[in-house]
Amino acid sequence: MSTVSPPPVAEPVFHARGLTKTYRMGEVEVQALRGVDLDLFRSEFVVLLGPSGSGKSTLMNILGGLDVPTAGEVWYEGHHLTGADQRELTLFRREHVGFVFQFYNLIPSLTARENVAIVTEIAEDPMTPEEALARVDLADRMDHFPAQLSGGQQQRVAIARAIAKRPAVLLCDEPTGALDSATGVRVLEALERVNTELGTTTVVITHNADIARMAHRVLYLGDGRIVREERPTQRTPARELSW
Amino acid sequence: MSALTRKGWRDLWHLRGQALAIALVIAGGVATLVMSQSTYESLTATRELFYRDGALADLWAPLKRAPDTLVPQLQAVPGVQTAQTRLLAMATLGVPAFNEPVRAEVVSLPIRGGQPLLNRVQLRSGRLPDPDVDNEVVVGEAFAEAHALRAGDTLRLTLRGRQRWIRVVGVGTSPEYVYQSPPGAVFPDFQRYAVLWMNRHAMEKALNMDGAFNNVVLRLLPGTRPSAVIVDLDRLLARYGGVGAYGRHEQTSARYLEEEMRQLRTMARLFPAIFLGVAAFLLHVVLMRLLGTQRDQIGVLKAFGYRDRALAGHYLGMAAVIALTGALLGVALGAVQGHWLAHVYQGIYRFPFLAYHLSTRAMTTGVAVSLAAAAAGALMALRAAVRLPPAEAMRAPAPPRFGPTLIERLGLQRWLSQPARMALRDLERRPGRALFTVLGLSMACAVMMVGRFQGDAIEHMVDTQLSIAQRHDLAVTFIEPAPRQALFELAALPGVRDAEPLRMAPVRLIHGHRSYRTMIEGLPPGARLRRPLDTQLRPVMPRTDGVLLTDYLQGMLALQPGDEIQVQALDGHRRLRSVRVAGFVHEYIGAQGYMDLDALNRLLGDGDVVSGVLLGVTPGAEPDVYARLDRRPWVAGISSRLASVRSFYDTMGESLLVFTWVAALLGGVINFGLVYNAARISLSERGRELASLRVLGMTEGEVSALLLGQLGLLVAASLPLGFTAGWWLCWVMAQGFQSELFRVPVWLTTATYAFAGMMVLGASVVSALLVRRRIARLDLIAVLKTRE
Repeated sequence: MSTVSPPPVAEPVFHARGLTKTYRMGEVEVQALRGVDLDLFRSEFVVLLGPSGSGKSTLMNILGGLDVPTAGEVWYEGHHLTGADQRELTLFRREHVGFVFQFYNLIPSLTARENVAIVTEIAEDPMTPEEALARVDLADRMDHFPAQLSGGQQQRVAIARAIAKRPAVLLCDEPTGALDSATGVRVLEALERVNTELGTTTVVITHNADIARMAHRVLYLGDGRIVREERPTQRTPARELSW
Repeated sequence: MSALTRKGWRDLWHLRGQALAIALVIAGGVATLVMSQSTYESLTATRELFYRDGALADLWAPLKRAPDTLVPQLQAVPGVQTAQTRLLAMATLGVPAFNEPVRAEVVSLPIRGGQPLLNRVQLRSGRLPDPDVDNEVVVGEAFAEAHALRAGDTLRLTLRGRQRWIRVVGVGTSPEYVYQSPPGAVFPDFQRYAVLWMNRHAMEKALNMDGAFNNVVLRLLPGTRPSAVIVDLDRLLARYGGVGAYGRHEQTSARYLEEEMRQLRTMARLFPAIFLGVAAFLLHVVLMRLLGTQRDQIGVLKAFGYRDRALAGHYLGMAAVIALTGALLGVALGAVQGHWLAHVYQGIYRFPFLAYHLSTRAMTTGVAVSLAAAAAGALMALRAAVRLPPAEAMRAPAPPRFGPTLIERLGLQRWLSQPARMALRDLERRPGRALFTVLGLSMACAVMMVGRFQGDAIEHMVDTQLSIAQRHDLAVTFIEPAPRQALFELAALPGVRDAEPLRMAPVRLIHGHRSYRTMIEGLPPGARLRRPLDTQLRPVMPRTDGVLLTDYLQGMLALQPGDEIQVQALDGHRRLRSVRVAGFVHEYIGAQGYMDLDALNRLLGDGDVVSGVLLGVTPGAEPDVYARLDRRPWVAGISSRLASVRSFYDTMGESLLVFTWVAALLGGVINFGLVYNAARISLSERGRELASLRVLGMTEGEVSALLLGQLGLLVAASLPLGFTAGWWLCWVMAQGFQSELFRVPVWLTTATYAFAGMMVLGASVVSALLVRRRIARLDLIAVLKTRE
């Protein structure tokens, strides 16, 4: 199959308006976001592209409830995220968001299965760790510790861990940044499958433009703003990507 | 300042919390060392000075009666430099508004007035008695303070049944009575035991001893062996009722003081060793972690051409700064505490002055040992880090390897949650660190138990001795052995419900080349008021076919049950007899023998005599009985059992409480140092992991539980080990305290275990709460962007 499903159209899962974020780095003020308006829709696969320092990660951290904007508003399915306190944000992450990081951030003392279980044990309606790992093709590595897995395999465990709680949204920060091209493609395939089969809204941050070819929608960030938005007419399946 | 040095200072500042915790542990060790060593040295110096200024005798020779004309012969004994004859007598004292028996030892002063040649009286206030006035006395300082006596006060003295009023003209002390405890008691009783110095002339009249003496003290020529002089003296005094001369090591005050000094020295060695051991371990762990986080920096510095030695010096220097800070703090703390403790002891021993000096040896040792401990801890950590080639050092370390733990290999994992597995695997991956933390925590627990051990043991000693073994209310001693009829007279007194005769015979027990001066107590068959005990604390009846000895004498005299020993009586007919050792009894206080009363009298050949009577008195009748006894001329002394227990708790209670809390504080410092550092290091090592879990939706509480739960596991594991270690530490201390004066039983109450356990948990919770605040401040975003 060389084409994938067309972009689904529905109500937005995330709705953000006028997001700005200013950091103080010692004496210097850094403006990471300068007024971002954004809607993310159910089952959408969005790629956020931009050079270092363009504000990609800041935007994702705010969407994921890890950070709060200096100004502006974020709603998640009608819930006002910007007014939430730390406890509510923790609960929001726990129930609705899956994270995938550049450096996997697996717990080294837990096996693949247990790394997934540590999330499913606190989730409301999770799939089993076995099912989550099967979805990323790791059924045969479930009892391996992180140190016994390759980088790509570790990242797929991270994806399994992120999707096991059936989150509404999957936020991936440079998921292939630490991987070679062939391994990276396998990781992207896993993300693609999750997006298709579970309908999880997926946001992938990258500065690798090739990855944009598999997205429903590509947002280009520059200097704290969304400078351009593209909807590829023809999506390329992940396994056909290379860089 | 070089850049490297500046880096060192900044790193230290960054680590200040942990560095301070370690410095405190070091300070605890050094302070204990400086405190106990300074107190020990100061008291030893004070004692020596006091002995020298007060001309403490080398030998004491009690006898029944000898004429003053014997003095030239005493002087002529080879090795004798000075001989001072005197009169000693036991008396009872009446103190206004104090309705309890007070025993007094009355010591004569030279007939022409002035100070005696030996065992001089150090006047604290007032003057010596006028040689021409017979009713003036100097009273011992401790007793004077206990009753707020001053020059001009009057007391009622009963000496050989004759009552008279005496006037206090001075308050003093003497090197002979530094430790003032009544004969047969172990603990001082300042209220009910007095030392009085009185004119020789007045005493001669009262004792009917004109131109005679009953005690001689001697100073020997330098380099003379006391044992040779003792043989000559005993031979000379035998016909005057001499009961055997003895040296300082058998003189009550000097002996007790020596024993106390020995205990102090034991403490001065044991405690600092524990502290500094823990400090070395902590420095090792903290530096290991620091080197772990600075791995890349070490690589870069090496790449730039820094030598291994310079880098090792850099980190050793940091360890040295921590150690020095702790050591200096410890020296300051120890100096202050040592001064305070030495004053406390000065009060107990009634030294008229204190030659306090801060022990330079303790200070230099403290600093040197702290530095050595720091270096030992640091070097182990440094070796691996400095050896690493620069290129490898700059790369991230290989991810830590984990495997299933023993519990999981046993197939029990299904009962473990993910956090529990994390904790167990983390512990199993660094078993050495976990083990040392557990060991350190158990030492903290043990130290706290030691703090209460003395109190527990003494209470148990007093309890068994006074409620099982000695059940009388009043003990009456006679001036000299009297016919048994005296018993019936006392038994008939109103208020007396029970009376038992007692013969206390001073003897020397001889087995081969070993000998020991002590008492054999003769008890009637079926004795109820005085009962020797076996090792299970069950009463044993005295035997007619041999002597029962305190078990401590078994080792001291190399005895087996059934052995024959020689008994040399030291009063009466002074017979030398052979007797069989019928068995051993268990006693905490003193070391002596027991025999059936009649059998003892037959053995010694003094007829059917008793030397005292034990009385059971109906409650409330004590003052009345006491007043009637006081008028009998043959009563030398009366002591009340309850009063002595009460006085004991008054004297010891407060100092024991202080000791408990000091030990708790020291244990708490170790505990805090360990838990706080362990938590901080875990947090630093696993910060990324914990932050990831926070991002994944775990609450602060859940993440804290993960980190602190692992510590909780260590604390829990340390408790049983700590209780065992505490027991052994008390055992070691008890061994150090063993002497023929008393044996401290290793007896710990449940309350002590509970106290130590609660203190460990408490200190751990406080440390955990401090670290928990840091968990709340974890930077969730930063941690995701970095590769460790």
